[in-house]
Amino acid sequence: MKEEIIIAGFGGQGVMSMGQLLAFAGMKQGKEVSWLPSYGPEQRGGTANVSVVISDSKVGSPIIDSPTTVILLNNPSFEKFEKKVVPGGNILTNGDLVNLPCKRNDISLFSIQATTIAEKLGNHRVAGMVILGAFIEKTGILSKESLVEALLHVLGKEKQHLIPVNIAALESGMEMVL
Amino acid sequence: MKVVFERSKGLLNTETHYCPGCTHGIIHRLVAETLEEMDVLEQTIGVASVGCSVLSYQYFNCDMTQAAHGRAPAVATGIKRVLPKDRIVFTYQGDGDLASIGMGEIVHAAARGENITVIFVNNAIYGMTGGQMAPTSLLGQRTATSPEGRQPQTQGLPIRVSEMLATLDGASYIERVSTHDVAHVMKAKKAIRKAFLTQQEEKGFSMVEVLSTCPTNWGLNPEESLQWVKQEMVPYYPLGVYKDRQYKGEES
Amino acid sequence: MGKVLMKGNEVIGEAAILAGCHYFFGYPITPQSELVAYMAKRLPEVKGLFLQAESEVSAINMVYGASSAGVRVMTSSSSPGFSLKQEGISYLAAANLPAVIVNIARGGPGLGNIQPSQSDYFQVTKGGGHGDYYTPVLAPSTLQEIVDLTQEAFRIADQYRTPVILLGDGMLGQMMEPVEFLKTDNQIVIDKEWATTGTKGDGSPKTITSLDLNDVKLEERNCKLQEKYKLIRRNEIKVDTYLMEDAEMAIVAYGTVARICQSAIDRVRDEGMKIGLIRPISLWPYPTDVIASYCERLNKIVVVEMSAGQMVEDVRLSVEGKVPISFYGRTGGIIPTVEELVEQFQMHGNGVLR
Repeated sequence: MKEEIIIAGFGGQGVMSMGQLLAFAGMKQGKEVSWLPSYGPEQRGGTANVSVVISDSKVGSPIIDSPTTVILLNNPSFEKFEKKVVPGGNILTNGDLVNLPCKRNDISLFSIQATTIAEKLGNHRVAGMVILGAFIEKTGILSKESLVEALLHVLGKEKQHLIPVNIAALESGMEMVL
Repeated sequence: MKVVFERSKGLLNTETHYCPGCTHGIIHRLVAETLEEMDVLEQTIGVASVGCSVLSYQYFNCDMTQAAHGRAPAVATGIKRVLPKDRIVFTYQGDGDLASIGMGEIVHAAARGENITVIFVNNAIYGMTGGQMAPTSLLGQRTATSPEGRQPQTQGLPIRVSEMLATLDGASYIERVSTHDVAHVMKAKKAIRKAFLTQQEEKGFSMVEVLSTCPTNWGLNPEESLQWVKQEMVPYYPLGVYKDRQYKGEES
Repeated sequence: MGKVLMKGNEVIGEAAILAGCHYFFGYPITPQSELVAYMAKRLPEVKGLFLQAESEVSAINMVYGASSAGVRVMTSSSSPGFSLKQEGISYLAAANLPAVIVNIARGGPGLGNIQPSQSDYFQVTKGGGHGDYYTPVLAPSTLQEIVDLTQEAFRIADQYRTPVILLGDGMLGQMMEPVEFLKTDNQIVIDKEWATTGTKGDGSPKTITSLDLNDVKLEERNCKLQEKYKLIRRNEIKVDTYLMEDAEMAIVAYGTVARICQSAIDRVRDEGMKIGLIRPISLWPYPTDVIASYCERLNKIVVVEMSAGQMVEDVRLSVEGKVPISFYGRTGGIIPTVEELVEQFQMHGNGVLR
């Protein structure tokens, strides 16, 4: 099993951390993983993207030409990556931020009102977790447990109080693709 | 029989390559005597630079490392920072090395308050390469690369290094001395001792600028050279203490 | 400790500390700056020293000083800054001083850009600075390999008293992979009796210099260097192969590109093509004999680099005309894609495979 994921959006939307959560969870689940950021000037304000490979076998190229899943958090990213997804792959978007029509009919599109859901849960910053929930439910590449473990690690001791709302976001996302 | 003079234990028993009338030999001896008197020869590491004093590692009776052109303060920083604090580290640099190609290194070593001692020998010319213009060459001074005499319009003006480094908060002790007569040689030794004591007391960056001669490239005999230092160099490079800041709660 | 997820640049830092390197002199330049920042944070924790120099030139000379005082020491940069270190590297080599210098290479020439590149190959493998010298060059292709090779770099540096280059690129420096910090056998017992640490208790003064005004003596010094290089050539060649057992076409690639090649090879293998990978790990000394040993069975060699063709020259020297060689390279910081390499391999394999 192998998932090649590109997450893209504006700098500051948590693109890099979402990728890091996936990579960390994959590692905890005993998978081979790689995390490769776009780096440089675009980090500071422009668009940012990260490539994450989660695989049962050794990762060769960490660069992804044809992602199996893209997670897109703004319109420019949608325009850039929509066409790159492999046939049969997934496009997950934050539907509150991406409103362009999808031209592909050979992929599965999930437009999730992630910000709306996150705000209902009381913290707009967990929008990313909603989408990651949808991602793991759809692909089955990672378990909810390993993602929670990754969260515990990333948030550290000081931010443990944020765990419940993140788990709630994850679960809401999982329900979105059922 | 009473011994009234002998070679300093700080110098190895070997002939130097310096030209007759060059004051490098005197300055070597002042450094060597100071280290001997302070009883720190066995814990001292010297850094030789590029220029006439490139071979100084063959003359000092202590561990020596030879550095690339201008980089002695960086090399000294590397040595000083990784060894136990009781080690004394000094650089011995000329004006081409320190004030031209190595200006970046000396400024930043001083700015960091690097706890090293710099012996800066200023004879207003590149000696080793055959008498070219140095950043400290005086206006009107004829050299191989200023044959008509140094002109401010084309070749700029001489740099007063001591004054400049003294403006840096990181520098603790800076003095300019000369070697043109016995009285000044004695003063120079005092300054050198003070500089090494500054380091020993961990008070930070110390530098002694020593005005020196180059009879060969100046085209003067030794006696005339000493006069040239006194009459031409000293007026442009006034002698004296430019910085004497006591760190470690001794702010004066 | 188990596996941790870290950036390549940080992995280099931690591996250096594991090797007992507690001194680092750095200067910021993308894409290696994380290493500098990591050392600034980590070294005080192990009672070591991090110092930010005023320039790459100064940093390499601080390394020269620290090394002459006998400690394990490191500096790092990226291509333009690495060029500035060349003077110092020549001095280190000439003065027989051990040190590890990291080059996380980026697109050149000139200021170039900050994307990954392999266009510093000539510079690192052919001496780089002035004079007759070489530096051992290790080129990892995964983050786990960085852990081993960083430690190896210190072992080689100390054993032969030579500067050693660890060569990566922006991709290796920036990416994260799980790594385990396993200690290698890098602590060879060597008394650095040559170090200038003060003569206390050990007799006559020691000097470290690269100067010899006497031509005969300087030639002797050069001969000794060359003897050392002969020894390194004999002992320190590292190379990895992938699916070469039955290969009729070989890809030669190192570092980042070797990974992409491996993915592309897997794909064309699925189509039945007998193709394998030779991946030099030590770029100097170069695995000339290993490449030559495959010549009999090979119909074609394709060299892939993120450069306009630099390592390909060493492959040609290894093969001595016995096998046709093609080159495929991308420049400007572009990493070739798996698709594009698959296409290349198919094209070059067409008609030459039995």
